Amino acid sequence: MDSKQLYQEVILDHNRKPRNYGKLDAATHSSEGLNPLCGDHIWLHLHVNDGTISGIAFEGQSCAICKASASMMTAAVKGKRVEDAEGLVGEFRSMVTGDLDVGAQPNHLGRLGVFAGVKDLPSRVKCAVLPWHTLHAALTSQQTTSTEGDQDPLAPGT
Amino acid sequence: MTVQALRQPPAGDATKPLDVERIRADFPILTNVRPHGKPLVFLDNAASSQMPQQVIDRLVRYQTHEHANIHRGVHYLSETATRAYEQARISVQRFLNAREDREIIFTTGTTEAINLVMHGYGRRFIGAGDEIIITYMEHHSNIVPWQMLCEEKGAVLKVAPIDDSGELIVEEYEKLFNARTKFAAVTHVSNALGTITPIKHLIDVAHSHGVPILVDGAQATPHLPVDVQALDCDFYCFSGHKVCGPTGSGALYGKAALLEKMQPFKGGGDMILSVTFEKTTYNTIPHKFEAGTPPIAPMIGLGAALDYLSAIGMDRIAAHEEALLAYATERMLEVGGVRIIGTARHKAAVLSFYVGEVHPHDVGTLLDEDGVAVRTGHHCAQPVMQRFRVPATARASFALYNTHAEVDALVAAVVKVRDMFA
Repeated sequence: MDSKQLYQEVILDHNRKPRNYGKLDAATHSSEGLNPLCGDHIWLHLHVNDGTISGIAFEGQSCAICKASASMMTAAVKGKRVEDAEGLVGEFRSMVTGDLDVGAQPNHLGRLGVFAGVKDLPSRVKCAVLPWHTLHAALTSQQTTSTEGDQDPLAPGT
Repeated sequence: MTVQALRQPPAGDATKPLDVERIRADFPILTNVRPHGKPLVFLDNAASSQMPQQVIDRLVRYQTHEHANIHRGVHYLSETATRAYEQARISVQRFLNAREDREIIFTTGTTEAINLVMHGYGRRFIGAGDEIIITYMEHHSNIVPWQMLCEEKGAVLKVAPIDDSGELIVEEYEKLFNARTKFAAVTHVSNALGTITPIKHLIDVAHSHGVPILVDGAQATPHLPVDVQALDCDFYCFSGHKVCGPTGSGALYGKAALLEKMQPFKGGGDMILSVTFEKTTYNTIPHKFEAGTPPIAPMIGLGAALDYLSAIGMDRIAAHEEALLAYATERMLEVGGVRIIGTARHKAAVLSFYVGEVHPHDVGTLLDEDGVAVRTGHHCAQPVMQRFRVPATARASFALYNTHAEVDALVAAVVKVRDMFA
C-alpha cells in the first residue's frame, strides 16, 4: 500500500472522525506524548480497573498519521488486559520499524496492520509510534514521553 | 584516462533571460531520478541544491589527476592540489567581491563559519555584561553559538523582532544598540520565510555604533549577487552545498584587520609557523584558521560551482527566481485554503505555506507521492515558527533550474492534498 492509499483508506477517516477523542473524567492513568521537533502533541487518559483498560481517550494537535494511529489504538486496546495492551505496543513498534512482517509472522495487530506501510516512510515512523509510547508511559506512570531524540524508534543504537 | 575538457557553463548574457532547459541539461539528477515513477520536481533547494555536471567533472578530475595533501609536499601532485585549492579561494573571493583572497577562510559551511567567529572573535573580545544583537528570523546556527558565548561570558543576547509579514522591524533593531553592544549577527535572507533583510542599512546602523557585524549569507548566496566591499560587512558566510557545490564546503569572508586580531578556532597543522613546547607562532591569515587537512575536494568543487553560477550571472539567476516566486505565490493563493507564511515585500525564492489545517508533514508525504520534494518542519528556525504560532510549515524553495511547469506541478499536488482532506 503506498502512502496515498494509506491516507485514503485509513488515515483520513480517523482524522475526520477520531474515535475516543476528548477527556476522561477521573482517569486513573494519564500521560503526555510530545515530539517538539515535528510538533505532534497528544494527551492520553485511561481508566484501568482490575488490570483491564475499561476506558480510554486522547486529545491534542498532531499530524494525520499520529492522530489516526492514536484513534485506532484507543479502539484496539479498550477492554483489553494491560499486559495484552503492552504486547500490542511492542508489536506495533516492531511492525512500523520493519522488524515484524504482519503478513508472515504471528501477531495480534489485526486491523492495525494497515500501518505496516509506515515502515517505508522513515521520517513518519515516530508520528505513528507516539500514541503507543504514550500508552506505555501512562501504564508505567511516566508523565511524559516522546519518540524523538533518544526515544526515536529509528535512532542509531536502538 | 585522458583529461577531458570541462563542459563550459552556459554563457552569461546579462540582457537575456535564462535558457532554463539548457541549464537543466547540466544537472543529471533532475532526469536520473523519478520518485515513485513521477518526474522529479525538486523544490527543496533552500536545504541543499543539486550539482551540475561541470562541478561533478571538476571533482572527478581532481580526484583522478590532482589529489595530494596541500601546503605540504614539494612534489608535483602536492603543488598541483595546492594550486587548485588556492584557485578555489580566488573563485570565492571573486564571487563575493572581497578585496583580497586572504580574507576568505574555507569552512565546512555556514555553521562552522559562525562558530569560527564566535570562538575567534567573540571569546576574545566579548565579556560579562556585553550585548550581542541578532534577529528573530535567524537560523539556529546564528542563534545557538551566540547563546553559548553569552552563557560562557555572562554576555546578553538581544533579539530584534519581526512583524506579521516576516519583515524585520528596523526601528526596534536600531533601538537595541547602546554602549554595551559589542557584536551583531544577522541574516541576509530568512531560510524559513524568504525575507530579504535591508542588509546594507543593518550594517550601517551597527557601524554607526562602532559594532562589528556578521552576515549569514547561506540563503542569499544562491539567489542574489553579493558584494562584501559594497556592503562593508565585517564577516559574511555561506555554504557550498546551497550554491550547487559539495557538502562539506563553505567559506567565511572577514575583513583582514579583524581576522588578524582574532584567535585561532582550531589548533593543529597548517595553522602554525613554528611549534616548540614552549611557544607556538600562528600562521598568517587565512591559514591561521584552517588547521589540519581540509576537505580539499569539496572546496575545489565549491570554486567550480561559483564559477558556474558566475558564468551564468547572478543577476539573471535572481531575475529568473523572482519571476518564479511571483508566479508560484500567485498560483498558490488561487488555491483556496492555502496560507503563505512570510509575505515580506522583498523575498528570495522561498515559499512557506499551510494547506488548510493539514499538518505540514502530511503535506510533504503526499506531495512526495507526486514527485514533488519540499521541506517540512521547523526549518531550524523554531523562534520563527513560534512567532507565527505554527509547529512547522511546508516550504518550497526554488533554484536556477526550476521552471514554471514545476510550479504548476506543485500547485496541482497541493490542490489534491486540499481536496483529500476537505
